[in-house]
Amino acid sequence: MKIGIKINGKWHENDVEPRLLLVHYLRDVASLTGTHIGCESSLCGACTVLLNGDAVKSCTVLAVQADGAEVTTIEGLARDGNLHPLQQGFWEEHGLQCGFCTPGMIMSACQLLARNPHPSRGEIREGIEGNLCRCTGYQHIVKAVEWAAEHSGK
Amino acid sequence: MIPESFEYHVPKTVDEAARMAAEFADDGKVLAGGHSLIPMMKLRLASPKHLIDLGRVEGLKYIREADGKIEIGALTTHFQAEYATLLKEKCPLLPETARAIGDVQVRNKGTIGGSLAHADPAADWPAAALALDAELKTVSTSGERWIPVSEFFVDLLTTSMNPGEILTAIRFPALPVRSGDAYAKHAHPASGFAVVGVAARVTLDEKGIVEKARVGVTGVSSKAYRASSVEAAITGKAPSSKNLDTASLHAVDGIDLNGDLYASAEYRGHLAKVYTARALALAVERAGGK
Amino acid sequence: MAAKLLGERIKRKEDPRLIQGRAHYVDDIKLVGMLHLAFVRSPYGHARLTAINTGAARNAPGVVAVFTGEDLKGRLGFVPCAVEMDGLKIPEHPCLAIGEVRYVGEPVAAVVATGRYLAADAAALVEVDYDMLPAVTSMEQALEKGSPLVHESLGDNLAFVAKIEGGDWKSVEADPSLKVIRQRMINQRLGPMAIETRGVIASYSPGEDTLTVWSSTQIPHLLKTHLAILNKMDESRCRVIAPEVGGAFGSKLNVYGEEGVACFASRQLGKPVKWIEGRRENLAGTIHGRDQIDDVEIYAKPDGTVVGLKCFILADLGAYHQFLTPGIPTLTAMMVLGCYNIKNVFVETKGVFTNKMATDAYRGAGRPEATYIIERAMDLVARELGMDPVDVRMKNFPAPGKDIVLPTGVNYDTANYQKTLKKVLKLSGYSKLRKEQVRLRKKGKLLGIGLSTYVEICAMGPSSRMPAGGWESGTVRVEPTGKVTVLTGASPHGQGEETSFAQIVAGELGIPYDDVTVFHGDTAQVPMGIGTFGSRATAVGGSAIYYAAQRIKKKMARIAAHKLEIKPGEVVFADGKLQSKDGSKSVAFTEIVTEAYYARQLPPGVEPGLSELYVFEPPNFTYPFGAHVAVTEIDAQTGEVSLRNYFAVDDCGRILNPMLVDGQVHGGLAQGIGQALWEELIYDENGQLLTGTLMDYAMPRARQFPWFETANTETRTPVNPLGVKGVGEAGTIGSTPALVNSVVDAMSAFGVRHIDMPLKPEKIWVHLKQGAMPGRDAA
Repeated sequence: MKIGIKINGKWHENDVEPRLLLVHYLRDVASLTGTHIGCESSLCGACTVLLNGDAVKSCTVLAVQADGAEVTTIEGLARDGNLHPLQQGFWEEHGLQCGFCTPGMIMSACQLLARNPHPSRGEIREGIEGNLCRCTGYQHIVKAVEWAAEHSGK
Repeated sequence: MIPESFEYHVPKTVDEAARMAAEFADDGKVLAGGHSLIPMMKLRLASPKHLIDLGRVEGLKYIREADGKIEIGALTTHFQAEYATLLKEKCPLLPETARAIGDVQVRNKGTIGGSLAHADPAADWPAAALALDAELKTVSTSGERWIPVSEFFVDLLTTSMNPGEILTAIRFPALPVRSGDAYAKHAHPASGFAVVGVAARVTLDEKGIVEKARVGVTGVSSKAYRASSVEAAITGKAPSSKNLDTASLHAVDGIDLNGDLYASAEYRGHLAKVYTARALALAVERAGGK
Repeated sequence: MAAKLLGERIKRKEDPRLIQGRAHYVDDIKLVGMLHLAFVRSPYGHARLTAINTGAARNAPGVVAVFTGEDLKGRLGFVPCAVEMDGLKIPEHPCLAIGEVRYVGEPVAAVVATGRYLAADAAALVEVDYDMLPAVTSMEQALEKGSPLVHESLGDNLAFVAKIEGGDWKSVEADPSLKVIRQRMINQRLGPMAIETRGVIASYSPGEDTLTVWSSTQIPHLLKTHLAILNKMDESRCRVIAPEVGGAFGSKLNVYGEEGVACFASRQLGKPVKWIEGRRENLAGTIHGRDQIDDVEIYAKPDGTVVGLKCFILADLGAYHQFLTPGIPTLTAMMVLGCYNIKNVFVETKGVFTNKMATDAYRGAGRPEATYIIERAMDLVARELGMDPVDVRMKNFPAPGKDIVLPTGVNYDTANYQKTLKKVLKLSGYSKLRKEQVRLRKKGKLLGIGLSTYVEICAMGPSSRMPAGGWESGTVRVEPTGKVTVLTGASPHGQGEETSFAQIVAGELGIPYDDVTVFHGDTAQVPMGIGTFGSRATAVGGSAIYYAAQRIKKKMARIAAHKLEIKPGEVVFADGKLQSKDGSKSVAFTEIVTEAYYARQLPPGVEPGLSELYVFEPPNFTYPFGAHVAVTEIDAQTGEVSLRNYFAVDDCGRILNPMLVDGQVHGGLAQGIGQALWEELIYDENGQLLTGTLMDYAMPRARQFPWFETANTETRTPVNPLGVKGVGEAGTIGSTPALVNSVVDAMSAFGVRHIDMPLKPEKIWVHLKQGAMPGRDAA
């Protein structure tokens, strides 16, 4: 089936099997490997991307469902060579170790800050409840999101 | 991780969807948000030959008030229900229930209709639907009908919808005066599903006595159910914590309790009673009672 | 000042690629003509393979080959175990099962196809006939006569027995004044659960006869050696690359059958072959951690002095040995006395085969079990004698500063346990908490305060005590442009050594931190190495780097001295210059580098170039320590536990980068708390894995944790030149007993003295429902 998806502002058109998962489309067809796969059960959030602005687990969306949609992945966050405040925040506050959950974590945090630009620590923890991290114990991630909230729009 | 192959169908209208649902009634599945079905397809626990994606059907995503009732289109996401101002004002149990579901990403994509039609015995919406005496609208090639929620859940992953029927809307009575509702949940630490989830709506009379109580329980048995004995035990009584606790002891009367690795049947039954009391107490407090 | 780099909070060099999605983990690598591998796995815990029909799979679209164990017989070696031990039984462990399957998830056949989806489809078409055999999943049952045998040929299920005995048990046992406290403690089976599952690409070039393997591994060099042996290839023709590795926690400190099969397939087909593990495969077929039954006896004087400890350890090894499987419980035995001056010890460890996945090193690897045993034991002593757990610990600590040799034969380096304990008591407001607890109890509320004072063994380790070498290599190469390349054999996977090793080298050479680049993970680039595990990367790998830098400095000083006409010993490195001590003479760092390479005016006997390899062999392990306090609240109606506060004071020796140390501690805490409260892999009696997905296995999430209040003391170790002890596992080791002690403390009002992990609410409710809490005010 022919589909078209606008990924990070760029239009992609491909003929795909209906069963192809969006995450495999992004990684294997569009060659955007920043979005990762961590589980088979829609629980780890490593594959989180923005689909028409909403954070979704791209392992639980068929590529055909995203036909005509706009997708933002981790590769689409930095603008003109400048890191997104969340990317900067994760760097400043050591919000990552192995980095595997990080793209999904950042995309979820993106959603959070879009809906709630100044979240409390509790709200940040709630905002990333769909994302598992085995390295950090989450505390530095919370600080990273706080950093981004403080430095956004400046 | 990888689903089996299927043919993909994209109806644009409800009628077209109904025709497809009829045509593929035997080996087809209807896809809403996909957060119940796609995980099962990835584990190859479900392998439909035809997938009918409702995602592009016009007019199934709405929240509106009509005739004193709240009507929600089946493709409304949990997120939309969670944040809808109309619901917060007129039917706050729904946003509260939505907020208890999964996580942000799941709520962004999963739909109320998809969840109810899937009839997972540990899903959250069934409890709210039961506590609110919801009605569910289905459409098929032979027309449409409203099914009272009391007749909707049949068994594990089974509803009273006929093959070829599509769930298109759910209708809830708005919160009456002197009423409050609440959802109390003990979530499974891994899946986030309800080990026990209790939705309650309580209406008090002018003297503060319980005029009407509705309690929906999920997670406890092979299907969600109304705890009628609890409702009967508290109706006509003062909503004191003692009375609420006593009534809640009936939360699992006549119920065949689930037991699993996380919670035995006995413990689940205990949790159901505790959470029923908590949901009722919160509903009473919100109704302006003490 | 460059020299100040050590100890500074410096942002990581690794991060820019990771936060932009530009890093390359195994699955991000695509090679031309690459094929995809999928495994058919046993759905049974124990069965005979009677027939494998691969016909339908072979004919499926895109399928290139299907292999079974019979196809590999004699052509691919066995999965290796590196542990040597007296009397250890090591069963043959084929990469694909031959004749019999012994655990759920054991690979039975391998399908190679042109695409990931096609490989999965074809794997579903392989028909395997199983003849069911009785399984054994309980260790105690496995040791009984007449039990089903995991390996018929071994005669029984006992893999080994090891004993440690020290002190004078005759007089201990003859002393009637001693209290003897007995407790069985179960340390449940866990999943390491790196968010990146395992993955491998094997690429064989028939023309060159070379094999290149990308694997998500902690030990690229060891893996290279073993894959060469497995494939009967000349090791010189093998190269292993650990690209970005998405977490490991011990689970990738291994050589797995799937890696062997991927190499075999690539060699057979002459094309690159990729295998990426699914999460269900990961839960069933990547090593598990812990899984011990520990029967503990503690002998204590009425004043709280613990004079002896006996421990009978049953360690569930699973069906086969992986790389370090039988070695893990021996670490428990070594460390079972914790940070206490206990004179008498007896530990008997039995390793038991069962029809489960192998256990092996999972974060802490044997020491969390030891710490759990001794820290629960100290609380039991306190309880029995009516003492505060703090006082019992203080009573039994050795005097600060002295290195002590315990009857377990362990020689602790440097410590001050009193200091960390006092510090955490202050940080947590311990005495106030105790008062609050009494107040709340009167209202029927359950508050628990749990303590753990741990010591662990890490910086692994002296080679004499390690199964496959305990040294590490470091190379420092100053390039002709003056930029510095650092190569380490300790391949990190999230620990941040690209940053901390650059701090070491930049500080030593007096050059900008940005001028130093650290590489790791490619055996063709890094000459030799062991890997990152056992909290060793900085203490051992960092020391190798430090010494390599000293060699560079020595050589550069000779060249500079020649040029400046001073003595080499008078040359100082600072701010991009080499200068005399008084600063009167100086030459630019880059000028000396140029001289080293142009080699026109080198002092006599100095070789051109600036590249030095150092292999550091540590004289001893290091012993980090710390003190933690966990404060929990328990819902008196349901038994639900919530962690209200967590305080941790850790001493990991000298701190090179406090931000990285905090990160390691936080992550460790989350894993240790996860074990205490939620995580558990459960098999039924037939060997079915009942917690086979993340829907069942409860991984810790952000909302479940309070803000961790952490602090440090810094007691430098004399074992290495940096004074660092290591911090990778400390949080995991210290936190589990603190949590359980906290919950048991809260439940002591109900007469509870022990609850096994994970502390699921039902286990607590069982005690709650049995009676009213004594001492509660009548409501």
